[in-house]
Amino acid sequence: MKETVIIAGFGGQGVLSMGKILAYAGIVQNFEVSWMPAYGPEMRGGTANVTVILSDKAISSPIAGEFDTAVILNQQSMDKFESKVKPGGVLIYDTNGITRHPERTDIEVYAMDATEEAARRDMARMFNTMVLGGYLAVRPVVKIESIVEGLRKSLPERAWKLIPANEKALATGAELIRKVR
Amino acid sequence: MEEIKLIKGNEAVAEGAIRSGCDGYFGYPITPQSEVLETLMELRPWESTGMVVVQAESEVSSINMVYGGAACGKRVMTSSSSPGVSLMAEGLSYLAGAELPCLVVNVQRGGPGLGTIQPSQADYFQAVKGTAHGDFKMIVLAPNSVQEMYDHVFDGFDLAFKYRIPVMMLSDGIIGQMMEKVVMTRQRPRWTKEEVSQISDSWATLGKHAGREKNVITSLELDSQIMEKRNEHLQAKYRKIEAAEVRFEESQMEDAEYVVVAFGSSARIASEAVSMARAAGMKVGLLRPITLWPFPTKRIEELAGRVKGFLVPELNAGQMVEDVRLAVNGKVPVWHYGRMGGMIYSPEDIFNELKNNAR
Repeated sequence: MKETVIIAGFGGQGVLSMGKILAYAGIVQNFEVSWMPAYGPEMRGGTANVTVILSDKAISSPIAGEFDTAVILNQQSMDKFESKVKPGGVLIYDTNGITRHPERTDIEVYAMDATEEAARRDMARMFNTMVLGGYLAVRPVVKIESIVEGLRKSLPERAWKLIPANEKALATGAELIRKVR
Repeated sequence: MEEIKLIKGNEAVAEGAIRSGCDGYFGYPITPQSEVLETLMELRPWESTGMVVVQAESEVSSINMVYGGAACGKRVMTSSSSPGVSLMAEGLSYLAGAELPCLVVNVQRGGPGLGTIQPSQADYFQAVKGTAHGDFKMIVLAPNSVQEMYDHVFDGFDLAFKYRIPVMMLSDGIIGQMMEKVVMTRQRPRWTKEEVSQISDSWATLGKHAGREKNVITSLELDSQIMEKRNEHLQAKYRKIEAAEVRFEESQMEDAEYVVVAFGSSARIASEAVSMARAAGMKVGLLRPITLWPFPTKRIEELAGRVKGFLVPELNAGQMVEDVRLAVNGKVPVWHYGRMGGMIYSPEDIFNELKNNAR
């Protein structure tokens, strides 16, 4: 098993933490993992992205030119990464602010109204976990239990009280995601 | 106790420093290496092992604090990124001249000048050849994973004290900023006062006692005859290191017709490219120098006698490729492939270079 996923959006959407939670869950399941952020000043309000690789073998390159899955959370990232999904791969996007929808027909495309629904349900702070829930519904590369255990490992104890709300967000995301083609 | 963590390369340096029994870290923030100092401040080792952590007022100050600590026989280190390491150049020459052991970590970013905060490998020349004035060398370790950024702290201190030489860990913004699994070994205790005297009494300034002459730490010698002798002594030491400490790693070399030579993060990207080439039926092997100085010259010389060519991908305009060319000595073609200014190639890019050049 090897999954190379890029999560891309605006700084502040929780892109990097979403990748981190996924990476922790990978560790829980004894996968090899790498988490490679595009770091720098572009994080403040600009675009942010992270490449996470989960594999049952040693990971050679943490840098990838093509991705099994792209999770796209703004238009700039759509423009940049739609073409980088491997043929037969998966593209998941949040519809908020998207003016040009994905055009490729050789990949599976899924959409979520995650920003809108998160705001409507008063779950704006759980936006990234919601998207993660949608991603895992389509690509079940790790178990939800591992995500929860990963959260426990990565969060300080005082933040554990947020875990039930995150579990709910994961489930909501799984309900929200819909196949476009 | 062994512990597994998911951390950044920079955080691994901080963890490695504490667990390797480091006595003091002196540093100054700069992207993409700031997490080293930040993590140390967060972990507060002065409360556990007694290790000192100081944010100096500049890189110049950091390296001279390292000089002071090293002169007392202590395991001391600093870290920075490219422009900051340039500021340390003078101090590094003094450390080498005074034969002081220390560890300096460079998490490289793109240059020249202030350049960019994105990853680069453009400080190869600086690390292995032209750090500063005078004929001197540092042992240069090139980690290719977060685990190695942890391990090389231990190795770095061991080599530094074995030869009384500054050791540089030449990492970059990719390995420094990425997170991977790290297996952390148990705590190695800091040296006690007695152990420090046992190990370093012959040269360190520990306080003179009746048993020996006073120790003087200096790189200054105005008598040229003596200064030449000192240089000869340093050079003899460097030859010894070249004979004993070359480290490299190879894969798929047995039947290789072409060899990719790459270090650090580039070696990770290249190893995926080599797998792609193998899948396409090309006979390609990978040689990864782990020590950039001393360089695996002999091994490359041997390989040059039986392969058809070498590709050297580096995130710079062509630096290590010169050392590969010196070793190959014109026997077969050597190609460089690079990106600069913080741009990174993908495995596909290196694979394409292989396809276009290897025939």
